[in-house]
Amino acid sequence: MSWTFVFVLAGAAYAFKFLGLVVVGGRTLPPALDRCLALIPSALIAAITVANTFGNGQHLQIDARAAGVGVAVVAAWRRLPLIVVIVLGAAATAVVRALT
Amino acid sequence: MSTDDPGDRVRPWHDEKLRGVIAACVTLGFAVGVYGISFGVASIGSGATIAQTCVISLLVFTGASQFSAVGVLADGGTPLAAFGGAAVLAARNGVYGFAMASRLDGGLATRMLAAQWTIDETTAMAAAQDDRRHGQWAFWITGASVYVFWNAGTLIGALIGSAIDPETFGLDAAFPAAFVAMLWPLLRERRHLRAAAVGALVCLVLTPFTPVGVPILCATAGIAMGLREDDDR
Repeated sequence: MSWTFVFVLAGAAYAFKFLGLVVVGGRTLPPALDRCLALIPSALIAAITVANTFGNGQHLQIDARAAGVGVAVVAAWRRLPLIVVIVLGAAATAVVRALT
Repeated sequence: MSTDDPGDRVRPWHDEKLRGVIAACVTLGFAVGVYGISFGVASIGSGATIAQTCVISLLVFTGASQFSAVGVLADGGTPLAAFGGAAVLAARNGVYGFAMASRLDGGLATRMLAAQWTIDETTAMAAAQDDRRHGQWAFWITGASVYVFWNAGTLIGALIGSAIDPETFGLDAAFPAAFVAMLWPLLRERRHLRAAAVGALVCLVLTPFTPVGVPILCATAGIAMGLREDDDR
């Protein structure tokens, strides 16, 4: 890996953050757009969750991660604390992976 | 901007709800730090030095992009391919920033720091709070705690090298499990539930047909569920 790669990636990552929060953000928006923007975390986090659960590059697969995330869903539904949800999810994944 | 908020006059340490928020944010940071260890390990495995691995976490500071970049390099991909996937994944932080801009106080210097910390975890924790003040606390505490733990974890992981296999401990499921826990309170609102369902569906459908990172960006389409004015709850 070259240092150029490291710094170009860092520059691009910060540019996106800066563009959204400092350059474009902070303006008064029409209510409908405001309602839509409030939904960004829900839409994107749901997508990242399924990508991290079922995705493997461009392939979809059901493996030990699905079991772990299933356990995490039950734990979240039971309103267990965040760290407990994470530990149960990781532990369930590790156990299923070890058994299969 | 929030001077009329009576909550501003409550001292933080007398605010039981805020203590709960802080505990959750620090816990999340710790969990992310554990995952930072696996980034450190993965990065060393892709051929980066310990110094490069630590600088990536300090400066790039957006986990999905970092994993994507070192993952592509480890698979023998070109730096350009590694950069492309990572940049597409990083683009969503711009979308988060746009959403967070009106929810954060502070001038240019504050916002430039906030920008570096505008990532999945901080946006989700801030959005999960039901008022502006707690949302801001959640953003800054999560940002500080994730930054410290993520970078500490990266260093530890880089030093351990390939001594542990993160998958043996199910750590690859730690991220989605954490996201489930963060998403859950938001989904009580029907609009958020619809947006999440559309986002997840778009991502699943596009995954086999588009480059890594693109499905997650396209999932932004889910926010169209906010166009309807009715049924807020």
